[in-house]
Amino acid sequence: MQRRTRAFTGLFLTAPLLAFLLLAYVLPFLGVVRWSVTLPEPGFSQYRKLATDPLALAVLIRTLRICALVTIAATAAAYAIAYVWVRGTPLQRRLAELCILIPFWISVLTRAFGWLALLSNRGLVNTWLQGLGVLAEPLTLVRNEFGVVVGMTHFLIPFAVFPIASAMQAIDGRVLLAARGLGAARLRIFWRIFVPMTLSGIVGAALIVFVFALGFFVTPAILGGGHSVMVAELVYLHMFQSPDWGLGAAISVALVLVVGLLMGLLFRFARPAGLRASR
Amino acid sequence: MSANRPGAAALATAAVVAAFLLLPLLAVVPISFTPARFLTMPKGSWSLIHYRELIANPDWGRSVLLSLRIGVVSSLIATVLATLFALGIWMARPRLSALLVGFVLLPMIVPPIVSAMTLYFLLTGLSQLTGLVGYDTWLGVVLAHVVMIAPFAVVLILVALAGVDRRIDLAARGFGATVTQRALRVILPNIRFGVLMAGLLAFVLSWEEIGVTLFITSVNAITLPRLMWMGVHDNIDPAIAAVSVVLIALTTIALVGRMMLHRTQA
Repeated sequence: MQRRTRAFTGLFLTAPLLAFLLLAYVLPFLGVVRWSVTLPEPGFSQYRKLATDPLALAVLIRTLRICALVTIAATAAAYAIAYVWVRGTPLQRRLAELCILIPFWISVLTRAFGWLALLSNRGLVNTWLQGLGVLAEPLTLVRNEFGVVVGMTHFLIPFAVFPIASAMQAIDGRVLLAARGLGAARLRIFWRIFVPMTLSGIVGAALIVFVFALGFFVTPAILGGGHSVMVAELVYLHMFQSPDWGLGAAISVALVLVVGLLMGLLFRFARPAGLRASR
Repeated sequence: MSANRPGAAALATAAVVAAFLLLPLLAVVPISFTPARFLTMPKGSWSLIHYRELIANPDWGRSVLLSLRIGVVSSLIATVLATLFALGIWMARPRLSALLVGFVLLPMIVPPIVSAMTLYFLLTGLSQLTGLVGYDTWLGVVLAHVVMIAPFAVVLILVALAGVDRRIDLAARGFGATVTQRALRVILPNIRFGVLMAGLLAFVLSWEEIGVTLFITSVNAITLPRLMWMGVHDNIDPAIAAVSVVLIALTTIALVGRMMLHRTQA
């Protein structure tokens, strides 16, 4: 009797969101999958094209290269600032928190625009360098791959900070004191004890950054300026500029498969807090 | 503990990262005062024309109002759906709860470009049935935003529920409280802060959403990020710098204010 009430309550309360997402998300996604095998003609021709077309392959390789660079840069930078956020003096911690949270809450558009303001031909960096007489001609810092990597790293650092900081918080300070008591030097404690103990946070952060970077659209579109097209922008181009919906859909399906694989890895290393909480 | 404070090298590295994080936000400030019509530094003469433009051009005000309306409606719907869902998971603890939670978090994990294409498919389909909820309508944007922001609300509310002592719910059940009474009178009051934060996060996420909005709107439902996109991507308009300065200032005030509030409480 009680079991049945409980099951009924669970069903009744969870049904609205489940039904909503089923109708508004899963079914339309199946529609996209159908596009990928029916447009322009039935069959897997779009997937074959995706695997053999030199342009699509070039975009794929560029995407992986950019994602790898961004993952390394953002995870390393996040580690440095998370360290001060978790272990600094109260003032240092407050300053680090502001430096992480202010960019985190500001929209991706504003942040990409900030990099344009800084790096474009008439931006701050070029104006200063030319004013100092260091440069005769402005350096091309955006509308290329460099700009995309910088902008994406900037966007993703806060997302990498959270898993790393929670791994650092979980460390028992007495372990570090014990190491010190046994005569280990500062650097040795950091590299041999502290970093290995936060490995799960590092792996989690790197996977989150990589997954987010893979399907990124806004920052590459603005800072790449069409010269450094990534997978997501390729989908956009196939939807709106030179319509080939079948190919766009095929790329989307392939992206979902890759992300699914990576998320499987993530769950092996670090379970997101939300899921752990539901247990 | 204090023996293991960050050393000089760690502080210096963190300071470089902090500068990297803040520089692009500071860079828009001088640009916003340029008298030119294109993105450039104000050399000598500073001007407020781009701030005046924000007030003079009705497009900006209209898009702010539209974004507010969409943000309020979609965050309310998403928070209600997420709260019900999280309560169901917490109270009934179904055997498949990990799977169910994983399922509702999908829109958060799937690349935004794929969600954009999916929702484009949905809304262009709905457009053929009704003109009310469809491609390039404000209700269509609400529908898409609910899909995108509900998972974040679910995570925040589940985290809040993880902090609730199950014994108070057991006690209420022991005294014969019905499911509704338990949910409304016992559990919800204990997680009201978490629900509030979930609603706030959902609102902010809807207010800034561009990745999906870009695909499902064209000329009618121009939200603020959609309007900014046109000013950044299609042609670089210094008015975007003025908008950005306003948004950055609001965010900074809110965060510093919150921090001061916490300090006085502590």
